[in-house]
Amino acid sequence: MSDLRELYQEIILDHYKRPRNFRKLEGAKGEAEGYNPLCGDKVTVYLELEDDRVRDISFQGSGCAISTASASVMTEYVKGKTRAQAEALFERFHDLVTGKLQTTPDAPELGKLAVFSGVSEYPVRVKCATLAWHTLRAALEGGEEAISTE
Amino acid sequence: MRVVNELTATQTPRGSHGTFDVERIREDFPVLKQQVHGKPLVYLDNAATSQKPQVVIDTITQYYLTVNSNVHRGVHFLSEQATQAYEGARDKVRRFLNAPHTREIIFVRGSTEGINLVAQSYGRTFLKEGDEIIISAMEHHSNIVPWQILCEQIGARLRVIPINDNGEVLLDEYKKLLGERTKLVSVVHVSNVLGTINPVKPIIEMAHSRGVPVLLDGAQAAPHLPVDVQDLDCDFYVFSGHKLFGPTGIGVLYGKAHLLETMPPYQGGGDMIRAVTFEKTLYNVPPYKFEAGTPHIEGVIGLGAAIDYLSGIELERIAAYERELLVYATEVLSSIPGLRMIGTAKEKASVLSFVLDHVHAHDIGTILDQEGVAIRAGHHCAMPLMQRFGVPATARASLAFYNTRTEIGMLVRAIYKVKELFD
Ligand SMILES: Cc1ncc(COP(=O)(O)O)c(C=O)c1O
Repeated sequence: MSDLRELYQEIILDHYKRPRNFRKLEGAKGEAEGYNPLCGDKVTVYLELEDDRVRDISFQGSGCAISTASASVMTEYVKGKTRAQAEALFERFHDLVTGKLQTTPDAPELGKLAVFSGVSEYPVRVKCATLAWHTLRAALEGGEEAISTE
Repeated sequence: MRVVNELTATQTPRGSHGTFDVERIREDFPVLKQQVHGKPLVYLDNAATSQKPQVVIDTITQYYLTVNSNVHRGVHFLSEQATQAYEGARDKVRRFLNAPHTREIIFVRGSTEGINLVAQSYGRTFLKEGDEIIISAMEHHSNIVPWQILCEQIGARLRVIPINDNGEVLLDEYKKLLGERTKLVSVVHVSNVLGTINPVKPIIEMAHSRGVPVLLDGAQAAPHLPVDVQDLDCDFYVFSGHKLFGPTGIGVLYGKAHLLETMPPYQGGGDMIRAVTFEKTLYNVPPYKFEAGTPHIEGVIGLGAAIDYLSGIELERIAAYERELLVYATEVLSSIPGLRMIGTAKEKASVLSFVLDHVHAHDIGTILDQEGVAIRAGHHCAMPLMQRFGVPATARASLAFYNTRTEIGMLVRAIYKVKELFD
């Protein structure tokens, strides 16, 4: 059970049960859909940009605790960031969940996102944690294609 | 033949006399003896693939140690032995399915390839634009997509028999779908998601009364029920070796001889020909016509050993034991608050799909795994079926005859851990 608590930290369970920014953003400028065919997880990310900055962001969809919490924490975190900052965060986050960052103090900019460090012990769950981020990237790039983790 | 036959003949399965002794049967499966994450392995993912008894592993090893050679072409001793073992296994499969002739048994990679073979060889030859193929709402993708490909190629149409909330096909609706344009029916014998045992006999009878042939996808049926293709009177039957305690990469397509004879080859190459000139090629007869190239010899021989092993225990006894275990497991799982079973047909085999309130199947899978309990979480290659039940995914425990009540207890305990974490 203690190992599982590493993965399912309180913050993750909290964001799963009460996801933040979980709504459709009316009149969103950017929007992308992400899909994980392995488990059927779906997420749509909505964006409102002001110049180069994320003025508002929200998401909708259905998924497991890891993917829902990841999307929820992501929206909190990315709000107010520039495109470049968001991209850089995703890279750090990706390193974190794939075990490339040994300790979170290596990446203080991750802040609360560090709760997802446990995911690196569960390789099959990496896609759950990164689905929303991949989708965010697509929304930022304004691509039309739906994003798939496969 | 010497080695391979001696080997399978001298190792009778342990449960073969008297009562069904599951503990002794478990001794035959080395993989079950290990620990996972520090907990005893509880393997409940048998619908995905089954474990292999020692005798199957040994038979394959012995084949490579002593017999290895190509089949159907060598004049030398080993090749003759390999050919005998290979063809001997074909006869074991024939008996297993109670098929009339060995020429009706075609070795393929698995159920998937068997269905694709029928779609491309039979379908492209005998179906045309405007024709209809009937499947059910509970098909595995492997019994949907090959038909969609065919439909696209020839302009035929796919029709789907609906199911009720218990996961049972609606025979009345099926009757309405059967019509002038129906040229083929292809349905699953036992559902890999719901466990439903379909009423295949009436399905076949109704199709035959209109002269329509029927394919049965037996991937999940062959490991759990005695299958008699003559009694069923199906026209095609497919199953996969790896779900039947045999090796991966080998499966079987049974087809009625008169149909196979009229069907063109599926692939071209060695072994499937009689004579080749650059102007014209004479094809071999079934089954060889459909087995181009060097086959999966080790797989075929291993499958033969698996069938011998099962025959030693008797499928009726396996089915009876599993039925009892399924009833028990259904009862204890259903008593867990917030758990909903998906698939509650009256006639069921060895599959328990469920969803838990407020917990995604994927999370259930991860947490159960930490407890040593291996289940599957996801859409089980049946996305249209998930839609039918309005769930993105289910958790699925699927049983084999080596599973025990104790293991079901461990599954239940692990599910309570999930609830503890999420509540
Ligand atoms: C009902 C059913 N049909 C077909 C298949 C495909 O079998 P294979 O992947 O061995 O070809 C499966 C495997 O999961 C199945 O459960």
